[in-house]
Amino acid sequence: MARKDIDYSKYLRLEYIPHIWCPGCGHGSIMKSIIRAVDELNLDKDKTVLVSGIGCSSRIVGYMDFNTLHTTHGRALAFATGIKLARPELNVIVASGDGDATAIGGNHFIHACRRNIDITLIVFNNFIYGMTGGQYSPTTPVGSYASTSPYGNIDPSFNICRLAEAAGATYVARANVYSIAQADNFIKKGIQNKGFSVIEVITHCPTYYGRKNKLKTPADNLRWQKEVSVSIHRAKKMTPEELEGKIITGEFVNKSEEEYTEKYERLIIEKAQGKI
Amino acid sequence: MKVKESKFISGNEAVAYGAITAGCRFFAGYPISPSSEIAENMSYLLPKYGGKFIQMEDEIASIGAAIGASIAGKKSMTATSGPGFSLKQENLGFACMAEIPLVVVDVMRGGPSTGAPTSPAQADILQSRWGTHGDHPIIVIAPTMVQEIFFEVIRAFNLAERFRNPVVLLIDEINGHMRAKVDIVDESEVEIWHRPKPENPVGWKTPYKRNEELVPLMPDFGDGARFNITGLDHSETGFPTGDPKVRQQLHYYLRDKIEKNKDKMIKSEYLNTEDAEIMVIAYGSTARSAMRAVEVLRSEGVKVGLFRPITLYPVPEKEIFEVCENVKKIVVPEMNLGQYVLEVERITKGKIPISKVNRTDGEPITPEQIIEAIKD
Amino acid sequence: MMAETKEKKHEIVIIEKNCKGCEICVEFCPTNTLGMHMGKCVVVDLDKCIGCKMCEIRCPDFAIFVDNPYAENFKKNK
Ligand SMILES: Cc1ncc(C[n+]2csc(CCOP(=O)(O)OP(=O)(O)O)c2C)c(N)n1
Ligand code: SF4
Ligand code: SF4
Ligand code: SF4
Repeated sequence: MARKDIDYSKYLRLEYIPHIWCPGCGHGSIMKSIIRAVDELNLDKDKTVLVSGIGCSSRIVGYMDFNTLHTTHGRALAFATGIKLARPELNVIVASGDGDATAIGGNHFIHACRRNIDITLIVFNNFIYGMTGGQYSPTTPVGSYASTSPYGNIDPSFNICRLAEAAGATYVARANVYSIAQADNFIKKGIQNKGFSVIEVITHCPTYYGRKNKLKTPADNLRWQKEVSVSIHRAKKMTPEELEGKIITGEFVNKSEEEYTEKYERLIIEKAQGKI
Repeated sequence: MKVKESKFISGNEAVAYGAITAGCRFFAGYPISPSSEIAENMSYLLPKYGGKFIQMEDEIASIGAAIGASIAGKKSMTATSGPGFSLKQENLGFACMAEIPLVVVDVMRGGPSTGAPTSPAQADILQSRWGTHGDHPIIVIAPTMVQEIFFEVIRAFNLAERFRNPVVLLIDEINGHMRAKVDIVDESEVEIWHRPKPENPVGWKTPYKRNEELVPLMPDFGDGARFNITGLDHSETGFPTGDPKVRQQLHYYLRDKIEKNKDKMIKSEYLNTEDAEIMVIAYGSTARSAMRAVEVLRSEGVKVGLFRPITLYPVPEKEIFEVCENVKKIVVPEMNLGQYVLEVERITKGKIPISKVNRTDGEPITPEQIIEAIKD
Repeated sequence: MMAETKEKKHEIVIIEKNCKGCEICVEFCPTNTLGMHMGKCVVVDLDKCIGCKMCEIRCPDFAIFVDNPYAENFKKNK
């Protein structure tokens, strides 16, 4: 299948490539997916803001040629909310790790979903804290090993997409790095959605998660993703027992609801200024 | 100065009106006594001026959103009290490091911890200076009277913008809730500063290139520069760097931006200081009791004066040194167990006896307590 | 004889300085076109390549491009 030739370099700060991510780290594949999505949408780079927190995934902002903001651990959505409210005409994208988005940033995550502010959050879920050396995160599967779960993790994990759905996000989807072209499409639709979008991309940290969990090479990690993934359509026909240990990919939410900055304009500014 | 309207309002309300005059168009906050009236008033006023108010999920998010809005070009503010001020510290440090203009109001209450939510204190003086980790530049202002709060908020915005630095405005439960007649003026009646930016932002690749005041010329997000902002040590380009020379220089710049411009930041008031043999050094709402004490004792012929720092940080070192040079005794009243007095001790090098007047029982320091300390 | 019916060869560009040797491209190439040499990806047999671009899409490092006219841009940076 011939794919469109894409000029990745157009969206990169080439002087900082190669990036710092480890050999085979899935984060690089997600960055490429974002580029393909943005390229297809033909987003104006000057009007696009990429915000991140802290973590390996958050280092993405250094490489992408947008208005980029590398904030504090877990807080990217708060900064992004301020940016979007201040200048609603900007496209605001947030990149976050699973720890960044759902542990330290968990509160900001659910509240951004609730407000339905037009921000696209891409969660790089590698089931672990990569940057700090492989400690368990809120998405580490039960029984997995991490540098702080040497006897196996006992903490149940978050289902990020279900959490986003329950909290009110208007576009929610999950893809994985193995089938990365699907992520292109979800990211594209997430950016197009006028509201809060969450795209969770299952990725891998071969250096920590892989090494500790018998997934020795980057390719082993990708094969594991393929094995455990089930499409949302197929999942509907499966029993809970069959779905045990599986990761469902696909679109979970795609609905239209009035966006926050528009609502603010319509219901608050106009009222305050006596226009309605 | 043409007065737009005179209002009988509290110090907290004066913060909101001053912010609007200063050009503040974004506020993010989280309710906490005794600061909530600031958020309430901002939620009412901002949309009238086309600005935005948002109540975030906590104080960390509030300051984050305020920094974000500032990066996108809006003059921004957040307000809180002790516990919330503690939560804001990490992002406050981010704004110091990334050099983002911001005003943070802390309406002080008793601490530590939940302490005394509705009682006054001046408990956060050292936290306002050193609350966030790492050597960092900060400007702290502590006005006394309600009318003064209105103008000091404007000055806080001006300093934040001019020097691209967070400014902390400290008031407390007393002057935050005290009501007085306040003359509100329009921005045309006061000096208004805007943040330094490059003349043409398009393609600007050095957001940390500095002007003669050592302040970075940084475009706003969305204006065509596409640069990077990070809390990591960075070079002139805004990108992280591991080069020890560049990193060291960045930290010197942050220090020197305040050091070299401190005369433009410092503001103090002198009351009967020329011939004084005893000097009271008081700030914020405690200074009101100190004023009264000086007035009473002067009428009795006691040569006592009051030095009132309105800018607490950078510390008016020269001013404190000079005003204390010829006195026999210094009295420092504070509603804490002795915080700013440490600066006075440092500057006077222990050569002059200092009498501390402190209380943290939730009651204000009275003029009588100060009089007693002066006479003692 | 086979060679005569075969289409024009695909162009594979490997940006050696970007390649971190993760072997993802090698493992997932459906035709075993690629291999490793001294820790970097190399083309072993160009004739086998069907131009599916799976290697380009999967490479996390902008190190391999197939029939991509913009690949050269990655040679320019230092
Ligand atoms: C307030 C604070 N706490 C802790 C850290 C240390 N820290 C840095 S990154 C990180 C976790 C990163 O994990 P994740 O968000 O999953 O991203 P990844 O590195 O796996 O991409 C932690 C705990 C920090 N920088 N700041
Ligand atoms: S530590 Fe893990 S997440 Fe971080 S760059 Fe390496 S492989 Fe990627
Ligand atoms: S384009 Fe396809 S066949 Fe050719 S080298 Fe890449 S993965 Fe292999
Ligand atoms: S996938 Fe990329 S980085 Fe990995 S070996 Fe192949 S060319 Fe090199």
